[in-house]
Amino acid sequence: MGKDLIQKSLKDSLFTGIIALALFGPIVGLRTVAKNEVLVVEPKWFVVLLIVAFCAVGRFFINIYTYKKEKRRGESSSLGKAISNFLDEKGAQIAIAAIAFSIIFPFMPFADRYWMDIAIMMMTYIMLGWGLNIVIGLAGLLDLGYVAFYAVGAYSYALFAIHFGWSFWICLPIAGLFAGMFGILLGFPVLRLRGDYLAIVTLAFGEMIRILLLNWYELTKGPDGLTGIPRPSFFGLPFKRYPDEGVETFHTFFGLEYDPMQRIIFLYYLILILALITNAFTIKIRRLPVGRAWEALREDEIACKSLGVNPRNTKLTAFAVGAMFGGFAGSFFATRQAFISPESFTFIESAIIVAIVVLGGMGSQTGVVLSTIFLIGLIEVFRDFESYRMVAFGGAMVLIMVFRPRGILAKRKPTITMGKHG
Amino acid sequence: MEYFLQQLINGITLGSVYGLIAIGYTMVYGIIGMINFAHGDIFMVGAFVALISFILFALTGISLPIVLILVLLIAMVFTACYGWTVEKLAYKPLRKSFRLAPLISALGMSIVLQNYVQAAQGARIKTLQPVIQGGFNFFKESDFVVTLSYLQIFIVLVTIVLMAIFTLLITRTDLGRAQRACEQDRTMTALMGINVDRTISMTFIIGSSLASVAGVMFVMYYGVIDFYIGFLAGIKAFTAAVLGGIGSIPGAMLGGLLIGLIETFWSGYISIEYKDIAAFTTLVIVLIFFPTGFLGKPDIEKV
Repeated sequence: MGKDLIQKSLKDSLFTGIIALALFGPIVGLRTVAKNEVLVVEPKWFVVLLIVAFCAVGRFFINIYTYKKEKRRGESSSLGKAISNFLDEKGAQIAIAAIAFSIIFPFMPFADRYWMDIAIMMMTYIMLGWGLNIVIGLAGLLDLGYVAFYAVGAYSYALFAIHFGWSFWICLPIAGLFAGMFGILLGFPVLRLRGDYLAIVTLAFGEMIRILLLNWYELTKGPDGLTGIPRPSFFGLPFKRYPDEGVETFHTFFGLEYDPMQRIIFLYYLILILALITNAFTIKIRRLPVGRAWEALREDEIACKSLGVNPRNTKLTAFAVGAMFGGFAGSFFATRQAFISPESFTFIESAIIVAIVVLGGMGSQTGVVLSTIFLIGLIEVFRDFESYRMVAFGGAMVLIMVFRPRGILAKRKPTITMGKHG
Repeated sequence: MEYFLQQLINGITLGSVYGLIAIGYTMVYGIIGMINFAHGDIFMVGAFVALISFILFALTGISLPIVLILVLLIAMVFTACYGWTVEKLAYKPLRKSFRLAPLISALGMSIVLQNYVQAAQGARIKTLQPVIQGGFNFFKESDFVVTLSYLQIFIVLVTIVLMAIFTLLITRTDLGRAQRACEQDRTMTALMGINVDRTISMTFIIGSSLASVAGVMFVMYYGVIDFYIGFLAGIKAFTAAVLGGIGSIPGAMLGGLLIGLIETFWSGYISIEYKDIAAFTTLVIVLIFFPTGFLGKPDIEKV
């Protein structure tokens, strides 16, 4: 038996090697380089050899390992299941601990500019993930164009703030309203489409918005982007080192030394509050009739229709509410960057947000946090390998789907149960 | 009139390219009911393989017709390997999983392929010297000379030949019969002694090689490629597949032709900046008003 297995594995790994050679041979092995305006091919056989050897040897060991595993099938235990069970039991305490940690985070000794920037970025993605979770997780509508609403929020914030000089706190709800209106506008014609058709159409809408932003030069300055977006102020107190004459700033009002970190910390709390509002809203609305209608619609559309739920209006509310939170996050993004251009709203952003929601386990609020930390952390870790980080990201998406198709936190707690133990 | 004719010629050429990619979408959708999101990137890989082999063959000095045939074959073989591997790694384990899982996995695969080619080949655009030059000129005495280049004739001819071979393959051979059987009922087909896994693999191989031919044509026609071409071409080809009725193979070809024509006429008469919007708008309108496309079967939902 053992000899047979080894022979089979060897044959298999030889086959893998040949396939790997075919895959990586031309694309990796023959790199096209421009020399004096003419493309020439630069061979890189050593790299190919390494990859092929790695694939073949890897396949051999996987074969032997899975054979051993097959013998003791049935006692499978997975890490994800353990995590979700643990979270089920201690969910409330962990949530409080996590929130407490995020509140004191800026005052940790290691929280320098770099860590704060990452934390703000992660918070933005967590907020976007929670917003999109309403659309994908609760209502079950796969939206691949979510970044469009993020863009609408960012641009409407920027335009209102630049042209009318309105403050952040006035522009924020307006931006959310605009994004929500766009959600209704886009959702109206497409929401009766089935799952994957809807996905493609929303993707197309996302790209259309981006092309519009690129070409409508009079309004959006096209590829140059909008600059000089006003920074937010702390209840009217700006964060500036040298304020205009007679204007009180944050540090003079509180009698502090000027420190650029004050603004960063303020931004951090801003996004933290916005994200927590999104989360609280979702948790609350799940218990309300409209939230229940969303989840029912996700499970069975026909049954819903027969019970008198209007699928179009219900889906539209989900789409609009999700879009609104996207718009809020967008205006935060605009005020943080002080510069926006269509470059920031490409399809890959939508893909990242969708990945965060689906890989976390659709509908799970904690899952969004976990997968954001994992995926954005992964992109950060690979920061020095610029071109490989998205390969790693896409690879992680495939791997998580293959091994845990329902996401990291796959177990879905019923929102409503019959009786105490139902 | 002359301008119209020129746009028509260009549109048919572009439509052939889209049609060949659309077949891959429609076949995969027909057989396993998923949108193969990475198909556009498979097309991009095909274009890169073609580019590399054109550069290599330029050094050897083999005569042009042989080079063309060799490049087509090489691109088909190597790209088919990609299609096969993608299916094995990312879709096969998820065949019995819930609806969105394969779509997300395909999305991940598309990101991997794009960035892998970017890492391996560099992010800058690649230009290829024209391989086939010259053509026929019509209306020489008028203001606008209509050109029908040899390259355009080559593209349309190859497409027609491939379509003929492919149609024979689907209608006359055992493999085609097995494929059509799998489309109808996979469990039943398996009970009839047909290797369903192998049939699905073959579907991916055929779809990818047709996409790679489209890639060869793309790199010859435009002469400029980068790692990102698969995204837009993929969406447009998908639109073509939907327009023709997804699951229907003649429909995919027809849809490709229509999308090619719509795009060229839009950029010829309306606005070139918004030419991608034309394809997207068509997609939205088609899905809303004729979700089954021209030649598709209506999708009946059973309770």
